[in-house]
Amino acid sequence: MNKKRMSPKEKNEERWAWLFVAPTMIGLIILNFYPIFQTIYQSFFKTGDFGKGNIFVGLANYQTVTQAAETWQSFWNTIKYALIEVPFGIVIALILAVLLNKKCAGRSVYRTIFFLPMVCAPAAVAMVWKWMYNTQFGLLNNVFHTNIAWISDPKIAWIFVGIIGVWSIIGYNMVLFIGGLQDIPGDFYEAARIDGASEFRQFLSITVPLLSPTTFFIVQTRIIGALTIFDLMFMVMDKTNVALPKVQSVVYLFYQYAFVQNNKGYGATLVVLLLIFIMILTVILQRVEKKIVYHN
Amino acid sequence: MIESAQTKDRIRRVLKHVFLIIMAFIMIVPFAWMILTALKTNQEAISVNPFYIFPHNGWHWENFGTVWKSYNFIVLYKNTLLLIFFRVVCAVLTATMAGYAFGRLKFRGKSVLFALVLIQMMVPAQIFIIPQFLMVSKIGMLNTTFGLVFPGLVTAFGTYLLKIGYEGLPKELEEAAAIDGCNVFQRFARILMPLTKSSMVSLGIFTAVFAFKDLMWPMIVCTNADTTTLSAGLAKMQGQYGNDYPAMMAAATLAVVPMVVIYVIFQKQFVEGIATSGGKL
Repeated sequence: MNKKRMSPKEKNEERWAWLFVAPTMIGLIILNFYPIFQTIYQSFFKTGDFGKGNIFVGLANYQTVTQAAETWQSFWNTIKYALIEVPFGIVIALILAVLLNKKCAGRSVYRTIFFLPMVCAPAAVAMVWKWMYNTQFGLLNNVFHTNIAWISDPKIAWIFVGIIGVWSIIGYNMVLFIGGLQDIPGDFYEAARIDGASEFRQFLSITVPLLSPTTFFIVQTRIIGALTIFDLMFMVMDKTNVALPKVQSVVYLFYQYAFVQNNKGYGATLVVLLLIFIMILTVILQRVEKKIVYHN
Repeated sequence: MIESAQTKDRIRRVLKHVFLIIMAFIMIVPFAWMILTALKTNQEAISVNPFYIFPHNGWHWENFGTVWKSYNFIVLYKNTLLLIFFRVVCAVLTATMAGYAFGRLKFRGKSVLFALVLIQMMVPAQIFIIPQFLMVSKIGMLNTTFGLVFPGLVTAFGTYLLKIGYEGLPKELEEAAAIDGCNVFQRFARILMPLTKSSMVSLGIFTAVFAFKDLMWPMIVCTNADTTTLSAGLAKMQGQYGNDYPAMMAAATLAVVPMVVIYVIFQKQFVEGIATSGGKL
């Protein structure tokens, strides 16, 4: 190899650069890269009592995990949650963003209110919703004079847990959409108005295509966010709730196995499967992005 | 003709506000119900026939005091504040340095190292948790502030955010500084870093909000009631006293109010900080 010799100045710059990236890189290796391999490694071991004396079991954990109906149910529960949170969270946020993008009375007050859940601890938010959903004493059943077991009927509980997710995220999505809308040059709309295009027509022909990079970005990050949901299920669903098996997410199950039952090997296996699932999905989404997103 | 167009416009504006008000109402209801319940007696909270929206025999502000004392909120606030403080300081400090190097300096290995940063951002964080917990446990740091801060000592996302910030600054700045005889560190500290203040603020707010909201990690590493954070503390309370509804709602109110107040005061920075950070994720 014939490398160009570096001038002392360049050498000096390089030394500074290494010094500057060192804390971050050392940290990432210890805190993130070593753990990735350690988690995969762990998934081949049975956790011994008190975390000591791990026994190599090969693929046995994978066999148990993939044979457990509970695993696939939790994946399905997580996907169902995502099917509520992602589309509704995005469509409502887009409508609000379009309405609030133009100057109107009370715009900043609306924005403040919609964004409010973003700065609240999900633990607190979930507690409040759980209380509103309470079958006997809850706000919803008493105001609407219904008797619905919102979050303890195994058939419908996932929908109402999903609604908490939608409520929590629309403000955040809305702010991202407003950011994207403001990047669209105003003269596009002006030209369309001169041509006599209706407001709805302008939305379809200008806003939708030009906003598609933002939309796609939000879709992608929200899908991954929804697939790793934990807090909501953990706070809303009591351990005695009969609907729990039909609502618990993959990460909920992971937490239960790894940290409550202290079976780290089993927990590691679950989370490795989730990682594989998310990776495959990411690749598919990247492919889709090239096809549908509008790039100038 | 013109008049009808005007009425149409007016109707549309009214409809828009009706929709916005309904949505705002839906957003507010849980908060309102949380506070209204917190001010009732438990008997009132679970009375169904008649059902009370508002407290009808006095507003029981003392519920907050009772909860404050019985759950040791002072300690929860302190732990949460320490967690936020150290996470923000660590994130901003390390990300600023690394972001400057990645955005502005030439060095061997740059593309490989930056690829590692991007890979970390793509991997779901749950995969790190078991080994991180085992490390904290091995060095005997369970139930400490260090244990709470641990996963946030460095930040791949922040590094990425700050790199973009540094890249966006004009090239001439450094050339002028080099002519003035500034070395690499002086260029960084005196000239470029002050110009990335808005990126640093964004990262700080983003880090603070997510440290505050985190539930799983504090539950894992800080299992004692006097070492844990507000989020994890709420989970603990719910497990123990879940049927005392006014107390639970008073606790939830106490947990969210400080962040909400800070948010309402620094609204612009919050929304921008979270949106610009989140938008680049």
